[in-house]
Amino acid sequence: MDDALLVSRMQFAFTVTYHYLFPMLTMGLALLIFVLKSIYMRNGDERYNESARFWGKIFAVTFVMGVVTGIPMEFQFGTNWAAFSRFTGDVIAQTLAMEGAFAFFLESAFVGLFLWGERRFGQRLHWFSSLMVFLGTWASGYFIIATNSWLQNPVGYRVLDNGNIQLEDYWAVLLNPWMFAQYAHNMGGAVVCGAFAMAGLGAFYLLAQKHEEHGRIFVKVGVVAGVLASVWMLFPSGHFSSEQVANEQPVALAAMEGQFKTEGPAGIVLVGQPDVENRRIDNPIVVPRALSYLVYQNWNAEVRGLDAFPEKNWPDNIPLLYYSYHVMVGLGTIFIAILSLAAFLLWRGRLYGARWMLWILMLAVPFPFIANTAGWFTAELGRQPWLAYGLFRTSEGVSPLVSSGSVLFTLIGFAGMYLIMGLLYVVLMVREVNHGPGQEDEMLLSPDTRTV
Amino acid sequence: METLWFVLVALMVAMYVLLDGFDLGAGALHPFVARNDRERRMVLRAIGPVWDGNEVWLIAAGGTLFFAFPVLYASGFSGFYLPLIIVLWLLMIRGLSIELRGHVDNPMWGSFWDASFFVGSALLTVFYGAALGNVVRGVPLNEDGYFFQPLWTDFSPFSSTPGILDWYTVLIGLLAFTTLVAHGANYLAVKTEGDLNARARLYSRAAWLATAALTVLATPATFWVNPDLLEGLNQRPYGYVLPLIAIAGLAGMGYFNLTLRDRGAFLSSSAYIVGMLTSTVFAVYPNVLPAVNAANSLTIYNASSSAYSQGVGLVWWSIGMVLAAVYFIVIYRLFRGKVRLEDEGY
Repeated sequence: MDDALLVSRMQFAFTVTYHYLFPMLTMGLALLIFVLKSIYMRNGDERYNESARFWGKIFAVTFVMGVVTGIPMEFQFGTNWAAFSRFTGDVIAQTLAMEGAFAFFLESAFVGLFLWGERRFGQRLHWFSSLMVFLGTWASGYFIIATNSWLQNPVGYRVLDNGNIQLEDYWAVLLNPWMFAQYAHNMGGAVVCGAFAMAGLGAFYLLAQKHEEHGRIFVKVGVVAGVLASVWMLFPSGHFSSEQVANEQPVALAAMEGQFKTEGPAGIVLVGQPDVENRRIDNPIVVPRALSYLVYQNWNAEVRGLDAFPEKNWPDNIPLLYYSYHVMVGLGTIFIAILSLAAFLLWRGRLYGARWMLWILMLAVPFPFIANTAGWFTAELGRQPWLAYGLFRTSEGVSPLVSSGSVLFTLIGFAGMYLIMGLLYVVLMVREVNHGPGQEDEMLLSPDTRTV
Repeated sequence: METLWFVLVALMVAMYVLLDGFDLGAGALHPFVARNDRERRMVLRAIGPVWDGNEVWLIAAGGTLFFAFPVLYASGFSGFYLPLIIVLWLLMIRGLSIELRGHVDNPMWGSFWDASFFVGSALLTVFYGAALGNVVRGVPLNEDGYFFQPLWTDFSPFSSTPGILDWYTVLIGLLAFTTLVAHGANYLAVKTEGDLNARARLYSRAAWLATAALTVLATPATFWVNPDLLEGLNQRPYGYVLPLIAIAGLAGMGYFNLTLRDRGAFLSSSAYIVGMLTSTVFAVYPNVLPAVNAANSLTIYNASSSAYSQGVGLVWWSIGMVLAAVYFIVIYRLFRGKVRLEDEGY
């Protein structure tokens, strides 16, 4: 039985991690495409329209991957986590079902219109559909974050005599206080992703001396959006996110920081390897008193370590949680540095000639994907050992009659399919990038429009 | 309230089968009806702008099922673990086939995706039919409301431990296959002209004959595997109007096909699908998942979410569905008419 739990957790972790690589890009790009299209509507510069169309194609392939890998997520609540679905269904199914009713219909209608309708229905409707695609993808993000926020911080429910729970206050769930900072942080992360992708590809075109006019637009829009979003990730969204973890999930914070002992003042560990058996950090580099200040704005405050909490409530994978958190924060800091420098060069008019900076922008593209993934690992591993924080343990949630062998079968199947899909995605991306913007504008999305 | 949600979820599922049904059918048919690359692209073009929206009905119906009947969602999805995940894989393969085929102009690339589109579509119709068959026959729910069924055992009509695929559910799967092929052929006939249109009509006729034959076979088989259904209908005889709709649809499919009226044939196959599905769920009501041991059956009462939950759900669901209907009407109107490859932009 424990095996089925482990394999189900691995399957969920694998499928959701893989899935989220795509939405983090589409949600960021949706905003940037809308920006490009809006600039074109204002100034009539055809290059912006071509840029919007080009990124629309990148968006389209990524969106398909996101949809296709997203369907298993909704199914898995039922297939692998039946006990959890039964226990929490009265609450969390609200937001999940609302995503279908409000976001998916909207997206499916307007993505099609955006990709297929420009020539036939004109510029205004095309601009409007880019706006609706942006709203749809961000609404989708909202419903998922609202669901996750309830798991992080259950609100608006009532416990019945038989131990089950019931929804008591619908608006409390939709406006969960936890949701605001998490949503702001998550969507900011998506914009950082989209911005780095755009700036990085623009930098590639400039370095390779191909499509340079469009490359400059990509770099400019990407760097400006990126610098705003990366600062937003630190403050306010990152600051308030960590504050609510400190207040509501102090044991998760202690594990994230690698703080085994309660102490005051507490330093912050920048580098080091957690040794959980011996309750210490090996090879630490510590900034004294910094953690006390960051959490309580007081250089001498006492910070509770893991020893202040019963071990059965400790997150069950402390090293991975610790590394995820450190990778997220470390990369976030580096992003601010890179993008501030790039923005400064852009302002001085020297960015397009600064080859070293273009190289950095180009090579940086994968890292926001890693940082976003690490951020989700931090949120989800920090929530352990609970599925719904303080209410329902992960170990109780698995489907009672599904054997570990069945789950391993499907996990292997998913791994194989996702490998092939990943390869296809890379092939198609390389083709799009080589093809470039502003060529003959055939709509490349599926049932194609090329003449015979 | 529970009854209302039972009806609403059933309608959403029917909507899904109706809409995605024709693009599944078109997928299962396209290697035969379309003889060359050009015709295949026309088939894809006919469903291109709408299939994704059609499939959203599945996701929306799944989400609504989870929200209105969480216990059913938990038991059903975990009990049908393997077939559901296989359905997921097929949906994924099929979605990729439709979307990725046009990205590379290479005959081998095209052939590969045509084949996977066909396999994914055809198997999905069979699996959907088999799923319905399982719900009708009843599943071995235990007293905690859980079950787990193997994919198949021995296919024997007298087996005490039937699998998810057995003689009866495969029979229903085949019926679903022929029905959706007819439905898809009718859709293609509406959307195309010339050779493609003529061949779609031909396949529609063949599928119609097969559907009629299988319906005659499946109906007594259904009442044999679950006699409660007939009783359910007899207790509420006004429900007989639903099978009448199905019979009228079946007759219309043949009549309009022979008189070469494609739109009428498409509406008839729609009526047949809706009639069959609603007759089935009407007869199953108030069960949502009948158990082999009737005491363990999941009903609209013991499987549903709280009254408060279903109440607020009704508000947002209504708003959401009105919006969805608006999008659908707009999209189908914008992309109406016959498909041609030559006019750029669509």
